[in-house]
Amino acid sequence: MKLIAKNLSKSYGPVKALDSASLAIREGEFVSLLGPSGSGKTTFLMMVAGLIMPDVGELRINGKLATYLPVQDRDIGMVFQNYALFPHLTVFENIAFPLRMRKIDENRIRSAVGEALEMVRLSSTADRVPAALSGGQQQRIALARCLVYKPSIILMDEPLGALDRKMREEMQLEIKRIHRALGTTLLYVTHDQDEAMTMSDRICLMHDGRIEQLGVPEELYFSPQTAFAADFLGNSNFMDAEVMGRDQDMASLKLAGGQVIRARLKESLLQSDHVRVMVRPERLRLGPAEPGSDCNEIRGTVFDTVLVGEVTRVYVHITADITVSATSLTGTHAQLPALDSVQAMHWPVSDTLVFSR
Amino acid sequence: MSTKRHESGVRPGVMADFSWAILIAPTLALLTLLFIFPVAQVLWLSFYDPAGNFTISNYEKLAATPAYLQSLWVTFELSASTTLLCILIGYPVAYLLVSVKTSLSRKLLILVLIPFWTSFLVRSFAWMVLLGRQGAINNVLMSLGIIDQPLSLIYNHTGALIGMVHVMLPLFVLVAAPVMSRIDKNLMNAAATLGAGVSQSFWRIFFPLSLPGVAGGGILIFVTSLGFFITPGLLGGRHEMVISRIIVREIQEGVSWGFASALSVLLLVATVVFFILYDRLVGLSSLSGGDSRRRGTVAAGLQKLLAIIAAAGDIMEKAYRHVFPVRADRPALRTGAALLWTAAALALLFLVLPILFIIPVSFTKQSFIGWPPDLFSWHWYERFASSPLWSTAMIRSIAIGIGTGILATVLGTLAAYALVSRKMRWRAFWLGLVISPMMVPNVVIGVAIFYLFAPLKLIGSGAGLALAHTVIALPYVVVTVLAVLKGYDERLNQAAWTMGAGTWQTFKRIQLPLIQTGIFAAFLFAFVKSFDDLTIALFVTAGLTSTLPKEMWDAATTEVNPELAAVSTVTLFIVLAVIIVAERLQSRGALHLKK
Repeated sequence: MKLIAKNLSKSYGPVKALDSASLAIREGEFVSLLGPSGSGKTTFLMMVAGLIMPDVGELRINGKLATYLPVQDRDIGMVFQNYALFPHLTVFENIAFPLRMRKIDENRIRSAVGEALEMVRLSSTADRVPAALSGGQQQRIALARCLVYKPSIILMDEPLGALDRKMREEMQLEIKRIHRALGTTLLYVTHDQDEAMTMSDRICLMHDGRIEQLGVPEELYFSPQTAFAADFLGNSNFMDAEVMGRDQDMASLKLAGGQVIRARLKESLLQSDHVRVMVRPERLRLGPAEPGSDCNEIRGTVFDTVLVGEVTRVYVHITADITVSATSLTGTHAQLPALDSVQAMHWPVSDTLVFSR
Repeated sequence: MSTKRHESGVRPGVMADFSWAILIAPTLALLTLLFIFPVAQVLWLSFYDPAGNFTISNYEKLAATPAYLQSLWVTFELSASTTLLCILIGYPVAYLLVSVKTSLSRKLLILVLIPFWTSFLVRSFAWMVLLGRQGAINNVLMSLGIIDQPLSLIYNHTGALIGMVHVMLPLFVLVAAPVMSRIDKNLMNAAATLGAGVSQSFWRIFFPLSLPGVAGGGILIFVTSLGFFITPGLLGGRHEMVISRIIVREIQEGVSWGFASALSVLLLVATVVFFILYDRLVGLSSLSGGDSRRRGTVAAGLQKLLAIIAAAGDIMEKAYRHVFPVRADRPALRTGAALLWTAAALALLFLVLPILFIIPVSFTKQSFIGWPPDLFSWHWYERFASSPLWSTAMIRSIAIGIGTGILATVLGTLAAYALVSRKMRWRAFWLGLVISPMMVPNVVIGVAIFYLFAPLKLIGSGAGLALAHTVIALPYVVVTVLAVLKGYDERLNQAAWTMGAGTWQTFKRIQLPLIQTGIFAAFLFAFVKSFDDLTIALFVTAGLTSTLPKEMWDAATTEVNPELAAVSTVTLFIVLAVIIVAERLQSRGALHLKK
């Protein structure tokens, strides 16, 4: 294991910035810390870096205890959101900095910096100052500065946050390419679910200072463990419901407004429990369920239809308070239901997720 | 509501093409009359003899008289020593100010601002109480048996230097701290993640990036010191006869205007040269709260030197850690932070503590200033209150201060509005012109105004002095109001217009309520500038037309007694009250605008 964090906690007065977070990262793995702002993801990263010290907990880097080790002794690399390139040093000197700190001799510095610059495809910029480069180029230099001394782990704190969308997507692929080519271990902080899904081997979803769920992207998307996880990743329809009765692990649920559906239920939930039902918009189909198919069917009033681009969304009021949306690939307008018409919708029972409330 | 109405009137940004010119015109008129013309006249006079013939004899006399050359040397030496000491003592203070939380930083900053705004005279008296033969320091050392004879700490080079450092130190902190605060904290974090220890990341990263602030603060101190005579005059000895003191003496003894002019020109030229240097390094716009502009790489030679210092520091750091190893299983002691706090706290104590010594002395029963004072008596306050000389001086000072405050605030606010107008042309030039009285030594302005007022029989006129004070107070008003206007969200005005408010309505109901605290703060700063001024008053007042600082100076140069301590305590509290009000208003105003 490259990194082992055990029960790391940090409080600022009454606020728990990080609450007993544990995480282990394998050599060469790309793990994303994903969550909204204030979820503790940056606190966690800073603790690994040694820029924030934990109140309790333990941290091991490369098997070595590192909980309170000074930053410079941890053998980590970090890419900051605003790049943190030294403005008074040239690109060459910026990349040479970690090597000079390690008292590497001048010839080896020259060749290592050259290789790092080649890695990020910016060999021609060695003599420029950071201010003369574009945001994307600065980001690559920051990356090169991290790669050049081959640290045990590279930490990235929302490194693409300041870039525009096109550049961001380009850099995502670039980072992925370098990660694959060098096999570095990467811990990556982002609040952007698409970014986390695109790049990570595993995603560590954080919420209110705790780790909400840890798993490969598919796991988080298709089997979220909590309503928060379901809500944060992808689009989701939530409906309040009450457990009417259960037959082993299948149960019938009465939605607010009275319609009844079926779903697989966790053991802990009992009759009369109030629950939240979630179904992804892309699983919802317009029209009644075919007889005999294992599907749920509900009805509602069409409230709005929106053509987003490659997909079209239909919004339907189930009750005055509950609106669900169904997403389908954009076809022709003729298929869209009329506004204010009553519309039936269905989805497979197996795609119905139930969370306690 | 026609759009025509929107294109004119008092409003930043959307102004008719030349309304900025109308707004700045009164300020320019005042500066031309009382600053540019008189200073030019000083220049001019230095090349003429009393008969009106062109001559360079004034400069020849200057070069030929060893006493003057000696004075030049003393002035430069004292200024250079002051500058170096201020950088050494002030750097940790500025560093601390930018490394603690904002709320704490604000509180610590007050400790810098109190001495900054306290009268030079009051501060000099305070040092007399501390450093005199019977002063607090000698008294304590003798009663502890450390010394038998009192040390001579005052009326010599040491006394002058201590006083000068005390006067200039806040200036360094106030210039260097903003530059440091613009250094991205992440750079230090980045350096650490890349393997740099404290010494390496400070000397290779933070220090070179803070250099513009260090150089800027240093130059500002050096230049201000060159033209400063109050502290060396009061705390120095016969040897500390600085150049500006000679100028004052020449004028007061009425020798030759031409010669005093030549000395003033010399001072002015030296000042201008260093300000050009300052502009090169930091950018003059930083004086008006703007961003410093030049940001290049640091010279390679300097980088090598810093790398060597960094490596030396690194060795010491490693040695320290060899003795006190870091453990991975518990938090490390924060030795570096402790050292920084110690250095900065000592400097802050040095700034604030001495001023307080003036207070107990003013309640003494003795008839001389000594330590410890023989408490407790209101005697000296009674004498001060019953003396017509002191009370008229006090009333005059307050009246002139208020007059200056009003005039400078009105003119300066209008000028600031012109300066934020998008239509304004040659903005940098106008801004430079308006704040240029800040850069010319007050003694030169004093001489210039004296030459202007003397033939007009304006010497001793309160209105004349208020006008002269307006010249030196204007830059502070413009800078303060500019900062407020720049922080003002112009969209609020636009919102008001869309709702049908006219130009005047918008100004009165929306903008004025939001910026009035800032403008009042500017008024208070102008008041203090005038209330504290000795240099110009020295040239243009006499006898019963004296202001308070002039009376204090006259008393101090003849006989220092506890009455002076009483007067100082009173002025100290007046200025302190004004500053605290201004600070409160400013922070509240700033808060207001941010919401």
